Amino acid sequence: MITAVLALSILGIVFGLLLGFAAIRFKVEGNPLVDQIDSLLPQTQCGQCTYPGCRPYAQAIANGDADINQCPPGGEATIQALADLLDRDPKPLNPENGIIKPKTLAVIDEPTCIGCTLCIQACPVDAILGAAKQMHTVIAEECTGCELCVAPCPVDCIKMVPVEQDLSTWTWPYPVYELTEKPA
Amino acid sequence: MTEYILILVSTILVNNFVLTKFLGLCPFMGVSRKLETATGMALATTFVLTMSSICSYLANTYLLAPLGLEYLRTITFILVIAFVVQFTEMVIHKTSPLLYKVLGIFLPLITTNCAVLGVALLNVQQEFNFLQSAVYGFGAAVGFSMVLILFAAMRERIAAADVPIAFRGPAIALVTAGLMSLAFMGFSGLVRG
Repeated sequence: MITAVLALSILGIVFGLLLGFAAIRFKVEGNPLVDQIDSLLPQTQCGQCTYPGCRPYAQAIANGDADINQCPPGGEATIQALADLLDRDPKPLNPENGIIKPKTLAVIDEPTCIGCTLCIQACPVDAILGAAKQMHTVIAEECTGCELCVAPCPVDCIKMVPVEQDLSTWTWPYPVYELTEKPA
Repeated sequence: MTEYILILVSTILVNNFVLTKFLGLCPFMGVSRKLETATGMALATTFVLTMSSICSYLANTYLLAPLGLEYLRTITFILVIAFVVQFTEMVIHKTSPLLYKVLGIFLPLITTNCAVLGVALLNVQQEFNFLQSAVYGFGAAVGFSMVLILFAAMRERIAAADVPIAFRGPAIALVTAGLMSLAFMGFSGLVRG
């Protein structure tokens, strides 16, 4: 009995150690640049850069498929940060991707809401709470202001409200300076 | 030498694991819908079956038999197989990202392929030595791969065929598998003894 328990335990421990060793020895590192770029993006997941989210956009920048000026929510601060990270020249935001707007928040006009769940499906960050035929509402802290929920609403009850600054939301602004295209 | 060739022919054709021993039927039915995935699964299984056949032979001969713990065979072999599969996955992930992309999701599935455990247990039952075990495992894997790929190719054609509604889907797949099994019975006289 004891030998059986011992033999199996030892076998298990040896295999566990070997697997642990292999996990370290054969560790696969992803591209660290993608993580760095992703951390600079605003994580609105709005898709205005033409990529499905912030991480795919970061991947595309790292691969050289996308330019750094395609992120309207990030604005010039993000472009500047990306230019510093990648050691490229900053350039103004590409107007094809959108324009820089003050940060907004989606607000659902609750009496008008018919509970169709279409905006819930559109929300990339799961910031809308509700169920079929029940009133929906936006979780303000989770909302990134991406506006993706506005278009699908059949009764147009979602409005984008600019975030007003008060003592609880005010932060030091990023140092933003005007960017101009470098003369060729 | 003839002995090894006999083992190979016997496991690939005469005693095919899927069609005559009815082992490993889950991946046989599960991943045979598309030829590409079937090929990936076949490759991964070939590798793991051969490796685990060798490893479980070693575990049985050098650990279980000297200690008189033959009754722990099944659980030990499951442990060995799980280890081999995990280890293989890690090594392939590191060394060959391309191969990992092809085999990736199939590798962990192999742990639950009963043909893998079946080969390990049959090795012991038939008292094979080291090389015989390796050849037996490899033969079983080649037989499995061949049948899986053939079956996937057939299913791709059947998907386009005009099957009566009551027989569509898994029903016609099982009928096909049965007919294939019947056809493989024809090999039973190929090797005597």
